[in-house]
Amino acid sequence: MSIRVLRPGLLTTVQDRGRHGYQRVGLCPGGAMDPVALALANALVGNPADEAALEITVIGPELVFEEDTLVAVCGAEFDTSFPRNRPVLARAGTRYVAGRAKRGARAYIAVAGGFAVDPVLGSRSTYLPGQFGGYEGRALKHGDVLPLRDPAAVDRFSALKKVRDGTVRWSAPPLTLPDREPILVHVIEGQHFSSFDANSQRAFFDTVWRVAPESNRMGFRLSGPPLGRPQGDEILSGPTCLGSVQVPPSGVPIALMADHQTTGGYPRIAEIASADVARLAQLAPGGRLHFAKCSLEMAAELRRDARTRLESALRGIAWEYQRK
Amino acid sequence: MGVVPLGDSAAYVEFCTTLDLEVNSVVQRLALAILRRKVPWVRDVVPALGGVALHFDPDNAEFPGNPLEAALELVNDSLKQALATKDEPGREVELPVCYEPEFALDLAEVAKLAELALEGVASRHAAGEYRVLMMGFAPGHAYMGGLDPKLAVPRRASPRAVVPAGSVAIANEQTVVYPYAISGGWNVIGRTPMVLFDAKRARPSLLWPGDRVRFRAISRDEFMQMAKRA
Repeated sequence: MSIRVLRPGLLTTVQDRGRHGYQRVGLCPGGAMDPVALALANALVGNPADEAALEITVIGPELVFEEDTLVAVCGAEFDTSFPRNRPVLARAGTRYVAGRAKRGARAYIAVAGGFAVDPVLGSRSTYLPGQFGGYEGRALKHGDVLPLRDPAAVDRFSALKKVRDGTVRWSAPPLTLPDREPILVHVIEGQHFSSFDANSQRAFFDTVWRVAPESNRMGFRLSGPPLGRPQGDEILSGPTCLGSVQVPPSGVPIALMADHQTTGGYPRIAEIASADVARLAQLAPGGRLHFAKCSLEMAAELRRDARTRLESALRGIAWEYQRK
Repeated sequence: MGVVPLGDSAAYVEFCTTLDLEVNSVVQRLALAILRRKVPWVRDVVPALGGVALHFDPDNAEFPGNPLEAALELVNDSLKQALATKDEPGREVELPVCYEPEFALDLAEVAKLAELALEGVASRHAAGEYRVLMMGFAPGHAYMGGLDPKLAVPRRASPRAVVPAGSVAIANEQTVVYPYAISGGWNVIGRTPMVLFDAKRARPSLLWPGDRVRFRAISRDEFMQMAKRA
């Protein structure tokens, strides 16, 4: 009743929607870098939205399903023959073998009924800096065995119609993958935007930034022309959020991602619109982006649009499970 | 008082841009008053040095939509109550610290900068009454105010790649305790055997915003015994 890891890939961790309520003691919410892809993968196997899945990163793993398992993989397009964006009945002994990500950077492997790992502080997400949550608080290694929490959930597959070769003939839309680069990322001006000089302000919006290799779940370092230091005194350390773009003295901006620090002492030039964070998370190192200024109203509208698209996809999936 | 957006799902209500312990004390009471309202679309209330950050769930149907207006309304509704209450938020916490040279990696440097004897640094640090002003940088990592001004030395010129877990450090007018072995630039003057953050505990963090903290000097033997128990 489990999945065995033959090869872990670059970084494979258990992630759900994260843990809220602990930022005042310095613990970030964490969770899936691309929560939209996670939501789709969960829906495709009939899971509730807050179930945990495997987040795979840039170089995929090799896994073997030791029992019949209902699986769905959503998010980045990896080099694999395993079907994407649809429910798959993986028979005992089936392997999931993925090479490099060809489009996007992260995908989510959800299994019906979820994984039998204990929640920590209300979430099954792996928090690597604190070494807790998920599977023993760490990334998966060769030889790990992840038990399934509800092996009988594989039977959900029998509710589906138009089944062929262990899968269906429809698929869920990839909602967060870049069609082309550079991707456009909307930002709201940060608290310290106006203390940067005009050249730095302009460079921030004019530059096509690249995600630097030393980027991770905590933050994306952006390579481009270094930004000038802001005028005025050193700032008092203050709060940050998912999507804050900080500029340390090196002038190299850092976009804070899921496992970010909850406070920081660097000026925040901008904050990424929440609707665009999942799309940014799909950029691999070397991926290109540029920033466009947006208002709070526009950010709220982008968020509503993204949510409408997700909800419509989720309704479509739910309908396939219910129409018998 | 000003309010700035932290993206479209959070806002920071700022009272001052330089450190003021009295303002921070109001911030602590305000944060607690907002938390106690248990507003369903408020996910996190984070007291910071000079203000309070509010993180929202924008997908909650009751969320009013504009983070700035939502934050201001919450603060305005809670401020009066926060100012009226006399009781200080937070608890009294005592942290045992061993100031022996083996743990106090920067004690000699601090003593030189502060023009004090080694024992003078330790005794002044242990004599202080501190308050948790803000938590951040890492889970369980508290920025505490109340350091003896005589000990207010700048951060190290180059941060250490790894500061051992439990290291008690100082810089400027604050003291911190590193909850994990992580990189850091503060001057390490001792170590506590206590575990600052353990996700498996019901109260995962040993320190919480607003806590009043005292340090108690312990010997190396006591440290070893307590570390074994922890």
